[in-house]
Parts: sequence; C-alpha cells; structure tokens
Amino acid sequence: MTHVQPASDEPRAGSKTVLEQAEIGRALTRITHEIIERTRGAQEVVLLGIPTRGVPLAARLAAGLEQVEAHPVPHGSLDITMYRDDLRLRPARTLGRTQVPADGIDGKIVVLVDDVLYSGRTVRAALDALNDLGRPRAVQLAVLVDRGHRELPIRPDYVGKNLPTSQHEFVRVLLTEVDGQDAVLLGVTGGAGGPR
Amino acid sequence: MNRHLISAADLSRDDALLVLDTADELARISDRPIKKLPTLRGRTVVNLFFEDSTRTRISFEAAAKRLSADVINFSAKGSSVAKGESLKDTALTLEAMGADAVVIRHNASGAPHRLADWVRGSVINAGDGAHEHPTQALLDAFTIRRRFGRSSNGPGPGGQAGRGGTLDGLRVTIVGDILHSRVARSNVILLHTLGAEVLLVAPPTLLPVAVDTWPCSIDYDLDAALPKSDVVMMLRIQLERMNAAFFPSVREYSRRYGLDSARMAQLPERAIVMHPGPMNRGVEIAAGVADSPRSTVVEQVANGVSVRMAVLYLLLGGAEADQ
Repeated sequence: MTHVQPASDEPRAGSKTVLEQAEIGRALTRITHEIIERTRGAQEVVLLGIPTRGVPLAARLAAGLEQVEAHPVPHGSLDITMYRDDLRLRPARTLGRTQVPADGIDGKIVVLVDDVLYSGRTVRAALDALNDLGRPRAVQLAVLVDRGHRELPIRPDYVGKNLPTSQHEFVRVLLTEVDGQDAVLLGVTGGAGGPR
Repeated sequence: MNRHLISAADLSRDDALLVLDTADELARISDRPIKKLPTLRGRTVVNLFFEDSTRTRISFEAAAKRLSADVINFSAKGSSVAKGESLKDTALTLEAMGADAVVIRHNASGAPHRLADWVRGSVINAGDGAHEHPTQALLDAFTIRRRFGRSSNGPGPGGQAGRGGTLDGLRVTIVGDILHSRVARSNVILLHTLGAEVLLVAPPTLLPVAVDTWPCSIDYDLDAALPKSDVVMMLRIQLERMNAAFFPSVREYSRRYGLDSARMAQLPERAIVMHPGPMNRGVEIAAGVADSPRSTVVEQVANGVSVRMAVLYLLLGGAEADQ
C-alpha cells in the first residue's frame, strides 16, 4: 500500500496565471471587509482553514480583521480527511492537523476558509467535522476561487474570484507560506488527471 | 504499508513514521468531547483472541469503535474452539461473516501468518506465542518519541500534520525474560528500524537461541547498563511459562534483574522506565518505581489506543493498493 501525498505542488506546464500576488491581496482585503460587515464587527468570528492552503488563508484573513477591527480574531485549522466521502477510492491519506482555538467554537460564527470551491464535497466533510467539535451559532464559507461545478447544495458567503472553468481544466492556488509564491493558475489537465 | 501487520519487520522506516505521525494526530481526538470519527463506518473488525488479554483486546476494541467500525469480539473460551474447531475453520467462519480486519492473538507463533492466507481482510497480529507483538512495539516507540519531545507538535506548513522525528541515537535497554517475550522481539526490530540502539539485559538462560543475529547488543549486568540508558523497558517475568529452571528463585532474579529505587537512581536524569504490563510488582519492578513520574506504564496504555487507531486507519481506511 502506498500513501498518496496531496497532489503535486509544482505549477504545471501550460497553465496561465489568472490571479497575481497583488490581486490575491486585494481579494483577501475585500473579503475581510465583507466579513466585518456581515458579522457586525467580527466579534464572535472564528476562522478555520481547511488544510493545506485554507490554513494560511485563514491566518491572513485573521491578521487583516485584527488590523481593521483592532481586536484579535481566533483562527485555526480543520482537517477533514477522516470525514471524506471518497476515502475508499484511494489509498489511505496522510492526516492534516486540526487546531481549534482555545475558546472553542460553541456559540461562535465559524468561517470556513478554503482555497478553491469545486464540487462542494470538501465543505460537506468540513460541516460534518465541525459537528463533532461543537455547535457554532452559524457557519459561513470563504473561498479564494469559486470554479463552479457544484455536486452538492452548497454556496460560498465570501468569494475572492468567480472563475468559470470547464471540468477538463485545473485550478491551482499557490501561497507563499506553502509554495514560496502567491498565484492562482488555470490550465488544462492532461488526460485523466483528477480534480481535487 | 503491507495489507497485514504481522511482524514489526513488515514496517519500513517510512511506514513506521507514518503510523506514529498519524497516531500523533489521532491522539488529539481523545481530548475532544466527541471522541469518534466516522472513517471506518460499515467496516467490521473481529477481535479473535485465543489467549487471555485485557489491555490489548480492550485497546483494539476502543480504537475500532472510535473509528466507527463494528467490532465482534471472539474469545476461545466459550466458543466452538473449545469444542475442537481448527483455526482454519474458525477463519472461514469469520470470512463468511465478512470481516474486513482480523485482530488475532494466539499462543502459537505464526498463527497470524497462516491466517493471512485464509481470509481476505487485513490480519493484525496482537501477539503470537513468543514471536511478535508489533502494535505493542509501535506504542512503545510512540511513547518514547513523545517523552523525548520528538513527536510532531507544531503543524507543518499549511496545517499539514507535522513530521515527527526518528529515535536516532536513543539508547534503549530491554531487561528480563527475552526468551518468552514477543514484546522484546518486536521492539528490537522496530526500535532498530527507527534508529535507536537496543541493548538486551537478561540472565543467559532467558535469552533465545540466535539472539546474536538480532540487531542489538547483549549484556548480563543490569547495573553496568543503567547509567548508559535513556529508556529502560522492564519485561514481565511470565511465571506461567516458567516450566524449567531458568533462575534459582524469584527473589534472586529480582535482586539481580529487578528495577528498584536504588537502581533507578543510577539512570541518567531524563531517562524513562517502561513496562508493557501486566506488572509483577516486587519482581521485575518495585512498586515505588512503577508509580514514579519516570514510569510511563499508564501513558503506554493510553497511547495504545491512538496507535491502534492509526494502524486500523492505515490498513482499512483507504482503497487497497492492488485494486
């Protein structure tokens, strides 16, 4: 049995950049302000990033919120591996880290943060995982890129960029914390390359 | 990883580290109010115990239940094994019931190996005769790694599970009845795989044949070994297996190879004392040592659940590699 690592982190050849570093920064700033507006000052907000790239995004949003509102906003990570619906389709995956802020999530407004929203299955798994951690007052969803093709009735509350794609394309988000640079790439999958 | 876990030698260094890293993440579940994950829903784990066991069976049962698997407990007493059913027929019965994993403890060395040919599911060795007990070795390695601060504490980049370290350079001394001990054999193999230096200390009568081919060194003098040990693992004197004169008397054994407070004082400052349980207090380990902060006996039991969850997840959680 081999254990599959997360899909290759290298930017693939033949892809084009659809968001540059500055645009990613502006999108996150806008999301920050939308969160403040929607939650009336982000007092009760807890940001939970979904590994891998949701986690640094949640940290960046938390830093942005703190800068504007001048109070710290707790953030953490929520690993969904054990809740996936496709576990049996692939060899066992390596687990990520779940790190919930010390005050927990009971009664809070949890904002789930991920890089790309696609089928919605990751978010479904995240909602199940949250259920085992506590009872938030509300759950919202922030994504950097919404590429469409939902397979479940799930919609995002905050979107960095709506990116109409075909299912033969791939979207890859690169972040400095993980990949050494900030960019969103769009390209065509060669053959049977699976979606994330 | 292989489909089965029968020997500690089935695990490469990467496999062993993967189990320990996964166990690190799963250990965090036990701090939560809901200590359950849906991962193995609909899978069946059979605990097939031909030999008495408390902690191993309960530990496997708790691990499987925390992953939402269905658990069937089978003990030889009060079953058709008592009527003379063979291992193979028992295996075929389990196969017909659709077991996805069989956790087996048997008094005959090699029983899990035979079983692996007869069932389609994964076979996990929970102790076979004087041969091996790989999950005990994994939980011991896990406990050592935690106590010496080498597990994955902080998250890696992007909240991926951090990668814990190996046991490179740690000196582990295993003391006592090596001859009858499946724990010792599995530990020697696994700890060597993970980079620790293993020293066996026992009376010559309690060392197995061909122990010189094992990847470890051997000594007969406990007092000389203690100051050079980071970890001391005391093995149980298996009084039920003492059918020959291995040593003159229990008292004499205890005086030469038992760990009492005076001997514990010879250990380096950070050293820990381990015991796989059940302990014979006053024989191989003094009560004062067993209850001291250096002793990891209770921790080992708690860690056992996390490590067995990791093993069950890695063997059953994904698709089979050959599909």
